[in-house]
Amino acid sequence: MARPLTPFLWVLFSAGGTIAALLFPVHLFLTGLAFPLGWLEAPSYDVLHGLVKYPVARLYLLVLISLPLFHWAHRFRYTLYDGLQLKHLTALIAVLCYGAALAGSVMAAYTLWSIH
Amino acid sequence: MSAEAHYTPYHPKWYRRRVSVWWWLQNRSYTTFVLRELTSVSVAFFAVLSLWQLRTLVQGPEAYAHFLARLRTPLFLVLNSMAFLFVLFHTVTWFNLAPKAIVVRLQGRRVPDWVVAGLNYLACVLLSGAVIWILRGR
Repeated sequence: MARPLTPFLWVLFSAGGTIAALLFPVHLFLTGLAFPLGWLEAPSYDVLHGLVKYPVARLYLLVLISLPLFHWAHRFRYTLYDGLQLKHLTALIAVLCYGAALAGSVMAAYTLWSIH
Repeated sequence: MSAEAHYTPYHPKWYRRRVSVWWWLQNRSYTTFVLRELTSVSVAFFAVLSLWQLRTLVQGPEAYAHFLARLRTPLFLVLNSMAFLFVLFHTVTWFNLAPKAIVVRLQGRRVPDWVVAGLNYLACVLLSGAVIWILRGR
């Protein structure tokens, strides 16, 4: 991995970690447990679709999906190196992790762009 | 002067003890560390789930209904429960580390760790309330 990129990737890791820490528990609780189990009523398609039309909501969703993906890429990379002792595959793992995060971010941006 | 440097192909091998892949299970704090690092898998899982939900919003009401139905299956309830616990663990460890990463000084005095961590928890509670209020069923 090129050295000048390292601080930038660390900022993405750190920002993504903060976003995930602040917002993922509540979103995961609602989407994954409260709505499916009927503890709370899930928003209808029209309500969500209406919300996502606001530019602010799109920006929020892009940040919510993209930054935590880069957080994952950074952490998971080092977990593979240390946990599974794969230090010799450094370059390959870095490309796969950050590549996946980038692909997910592009897909999120494209999806948000194509909502009408 | 020879044009090429000459190296002997042999160099003594350093002695290294083989470490098991399960090194982190031998000590409680190592286990906590690896579990904390593995929370990133749950973070990625939920980011992808959100992306999936977003795509169903583009595809239409039928796709969205199908998505909601899929989340009611036991597989997803189990996956989401596990992911929720891991994400909570991430939140707690992240906020408790925040005072170590951000040292705030006010009038030359360092703001105590518990204040910095506490403000993070407070922000989390307020944001969670706002999200529930916006996404409440209508």
